Amino acid sequence: MSDVSAQIEAVTPGAVVAEFTHVGELTVEVRRERIVEACRALRDGPGQFALLSDVTCADFPDEPGRFRMAYHLASIQTGSRVRLRAWAGALEPEIESVTSVWPGANWMEREVYDQFGVHFAGHPDLCRILNPLDWSGHPLRRDYPIGGEEVQFTDAE
Amino acid sequence: MSTTDPRTENFPLAAESREAMEGALREQRPLTPTERVIAGVEAYTPEEAAERTLANEMLADTRPGVRQPLLINLGPNHPSTHGVLRLIVELDGEVVKEVTPVIGYLHTGIEKQCENKTWWQAITLVTRMDYLAPFANITAYTMSVEKLLGIEVPSRAEWIRVLLGEMNRLASHLVWLGTSGLELGAMSVFFYCYRERDQLLDLFEMVSGERMNHRYFQVGGCAQDLPPGFIERVRAFTDEMPKRIDEYEALLTGNPIWKDRMKGIGVLPAGELLALGVTGPTLRAAGVPYDLRKVAPYSGYEHFEFDVPTATEGDSFARYLVRVQEMRESLRIIRQVIDGMPEGRVIADDRKVVLPPREELAYSMEALIHHFKLVSEGFTVPAGEAYAPIESPRGEMGCYVVSDGGPKPHRVHMRDPSFVNLQATAPLCKGNYLADLIAIVATLDPVMGGVDR
Repeated sequence: MSDVSAQIEAVTPGAVVAEFTHVGELTVEVRRERIVEACRALRDGPGQFALLSDVTCADFPDEPGRFRMAYHLASIQTGSRVRLRAWAGALEPEIESVTSVWPGANWMEREVYDQFGVHFAGHPDLCRILNPLDWSGHPLRRDYPIGGEEVQFTDAE
Repeated sequence: MSTTDPRTENFPLAAESREAMEGALREQRPLTPTERVIAGVEAYTPEEAAERTLANEMLADTRPGVRQPLLINLGPNHPSTHGVLRLIVELDGEVVKEVTPVIGYLHTGIEKQCENKTWWQAITLVTRMDYLAPFANITAYTMSVEKLLGIEVPSRAEWIRVLLGEMNRLASHLVWLGTSGLELGAMSVFFYCYRERDQLLDLFEMVSGERMNHRYFQVGGCAQDLPPGFIERVRAFTDEMPKRIDEYEALLTGNPIWKDRMKGIGVLPAGELLALGVTGPTLRAAGVPYDLRKVAPYSGYEHFEFDVPTATEGDSFARYLVRVQEMRESLRIIRQVIDGMPEGRVIADDRKVVLPPREELAYSMEALIHHFKLVSEGFTVPAGEAYAPIESPRGEMGCYVVSDGGPKPHRVHMRDPSFVNLQATAPLCKGNYLADLIAIVATLDPVMGGVDR
């Protein structure tokens, strides 16, 4: 078990599901109920992952958890990085918001909500951010229809 | 077209309010703070409206010393907000009480489009995100794909990436300095900065054929070698440029108006900036020497000597000083690159990923097949995910790619520094004058193409 997983386990035992290193990047998968505790443990722990670089998501329609969240954490002292991963669930995807740990997660989570439809419990301002506020559907889902946009103006009249 | 209040109140709504309320109604949830600000007075329930009327009557007090709150809308088409950024500002007199940034006016769905292009075609799209730093976008993207492929980039290609990346930083900071000066009334600086930026664009055109949105880096290296005479022209430019920066500084650094408008304006402690995810010159101006070129060197930055300029004040003036100093450091790196540029290939020799040399197509059947396969079908990337962070002119630019093993990306996400840094607008502006808001947004240096993607 890596130091990072040990740090999480020390604070919230049983949170880590798996960990692996691929192309030199450490990924720690945590249970989705524990994501906030895991983030707080890493922010305040000896690894000093003080910077939340990015929160994003990828859609895997064939997986049982479907929406795979990725939290990229960085240490500003050493430059070391870790990716936390959690599955948000296929039906009514929901995960706790990490805005209580890093206020900067606000817009990042709004973007994931907007593009994937993942709900963030406890988010202070969960509304659309990039798409128009009345947009229907979540464009970055794999099953979102693309193409076929209605032509508004044409010279063939 | 007549529309009524969704709460069956039967009064017409502005299109914008309707839009803001639509999503909340569909999901059966109350309006969020941002939606409420956008929806404006139409969003009030009858009870709230009555309360508000009462409050307004109380505030209609015109006796001296009684202030009235004022809600004004800046943008999305405002000349001073660096693109289509909309700020809804609540004012108390001339003092900013609350700012709600509204973004998305330039959303082009690039991340979605990338999923429907091959890995190779997606390069063209990502350069168009942060349009002032196309070389930063493309470096982050190609580096993340190279990570997944496990492909080695030749050192000459890495050095070219550093060279163009630093020239891009200069060009981007010049646009920033010119437009920021313009916003505070220093008009001549704008012309001087754009004069030098144009020289840089000429050099970019020389190397890539395009003045903006250069699709010059490829997965594995660079599309072509540097053209003859390029290094000499860059050298002439680097000899000239320090004098130019002295000129800008002579115009601005000691200028009393510039200092009055910048000093002590828009300060946040480093801890708060870090919690907001702010990186780049904004964070360094608050005393945190976090620069990915030093902390986690990539693309051969460990070979170069340079300092990371920082300041401790964290105000607009410190951000200005840090950026000007960064321009000098970039020149230092550029000089080291052109003096020690290694010889050799400019792109990896992997025929399954890299296009064969043009001349080989004339006589090699195998090269022709490879070329055809790469252009029509694209190369495949082993399944997995990778995140490659680089230091763009605005902070940490990261590219997160997920591959399912096919010729098209499963997911491409850009962590754009402008997007994250823009969150600091509201805390930075609160308590300052409205006129200072312009200076603060200017020194945050958001590029809306990167924010909205």
